[in-house]
Amino acid sequence: MFRNQYDTDVTTFSPQGRLHQIEYAQEAVKQGSAVVGVRNKNYAVLATLKRTTSDLASTQKKLFKIDDHVGMAIAGLTADARLLSKYMRTECLNYKYVYECAMPLSRLVLRVADKHQIATQRVSKRPFGVGLLIIGYDQQGPHLYETSPSGEYWEYQAMSIGARAQSARTYLEKVFETLNSCSLDQLCRHAILALRETVAALKDIDLSTKNCALAIVGEDLDFTIYEDEDVLPYLDVIETGSSQPMDGQSST
Amino acid sequence: MQLVVDPVRHTTSPLVTGGSVIGIKCSDGVVIAADTLASYGSLARFQNFSRLLKVTDSCLLGGGGEISDFQEIQRLLENLTTQDFCFNDEHKKSPRSLHQYLGRVLYAQRSRLNPFWNSLIVGGYVQSQSFLGMVDLYGTTFESEVLASGFGVLLGLPLLRKAYRPDLTVQEGIKIVEEVYRVLFYRDARSINRIQVATATVDGVTISEPYSLETKWDFKGFVNPRSTYDESTW
Repeated sequence: MFRNQYDTDVTTFSPQGRLHQIEYAQEAVKQGSAVVGVRNKNYAVLATLKRTTSDLASTQKKLFKIDDHVGMAIAGLTADARLLSKYMRTECLNYKYVYECAMPLSRLVLRVADKHQIATQRVSKRPFGVGLLIIGYDQQGPHLYETSPSGEYWEYQAMSIGARAQSARTYLEKVFETLNSCSLDQLCRHAILALRETVAALKDIDLSTKNCALAIVGEDLDFTIYEDEDVLPYLDVIETGSSQPMDGQSST
Repeated sequence: MQLVVDPVRHTTSPLVTGGSVIGIKCSDGVVIAADTLASYGSLARFQNFSRLLKVTDSCLLGGGGEISDFQEIQRLLENLTTQDFCFNDEHKKSPRSLHQYLGRVLYAQRSRLNPFWNSLIVGGYVQSQSFLGMVDLYGTTFESEVLASGFGVLLGLPLLRKAYRPDLTVQEGIKIVEEVYRVLFYRDARSINRIQVATATVDGVTISEPYSLETKWDFKGFVNPRSTYDESTW
């Protein structure tokens, strides 16, 4: 039954210097459906693939609005993500109450990463089984961060996490250097194309208004989620394969 | 067992106090000034005390009222800027943020029935925008083009409002503030003619060394107040 002597509690190192519970939590992130994040000089975009447990069920929530200037996409346990989103919302509100301005992204991500870290060092806790891609816009421009159950966090130009995220990352590695000079529409297109890579190998799934959602935040745009028919204009560009700029703003 | 517990006691009146603080918003920055007196009751106890503070590279604070409370607030702000430094992410508090923060702190204190007995004027200049705001001992916050605290509300504000123009320069602002302090020195018994003037402009924050204002006491009414009228004009 026990494959491993050192994986029953979070706080015990294996002789190889590893914490197996954390690695299992990171495995939960890899099993979650894929999310993609990209950023240029003025905007940050998230694209997500929503999954259902059955044809009768609605899709799992992948995108969370945290504040007017911050939002996130999740891969892994949705219930854990809900708790973290509540925490982040409270932090943003509190900051706004005390300082009358939007919370800097670096501070928010640091706090949520610290929350992850605490769960890796206490006997009575377990790591969060969720990875976050957090986008936001503050005084220093747009940001894209990833957090991990281990408590680590990174800032990126483009990133993808979740199931088959490696194929999306391969796509992003090819284009990330061009992102800063992209328009918002081109940025969204790259996000959708990267996301499509994660389902390319699957016969029975393709991106549609049912399973795809997009979120944008930027200098003149509060964090906005586009799903169902609102996401159609962004998907249409993929279908036709054209790189023509589309009228993305009108879909609100 | 002791059944009767003494009630919690707080200081209910200030001991060592600073007088008026004056602030004026200009097109190219803000000017805040204070005299250098810290009175012990009616005694001019400390005559070279600075009541102006550089908080960040773009933000100024001037304080009147209880001096020890002002020093405590000074400590809180140093903490805040130290924390910002430790985050190492280049985010600094804007004048507006500091104004709001001080409002929260002073409101929290007064809600404990133990207020910081101060009136604070926050000024700053960020991204070509001047900011000037005030916080009182109840935690009330407000913004205005011209601000005064203490006796300056009665004697200074009317002069400031008359002199104010949206296109004032900092240099003109300094002249106006000096004039206001001259008037205050003639009429306010808790003032001194030694002032400091601080500015926040595109070049950052500067606080002048204390300097004395020229005063003129040989007006007829000063020399022989009873010569023209039967009763004193004072």
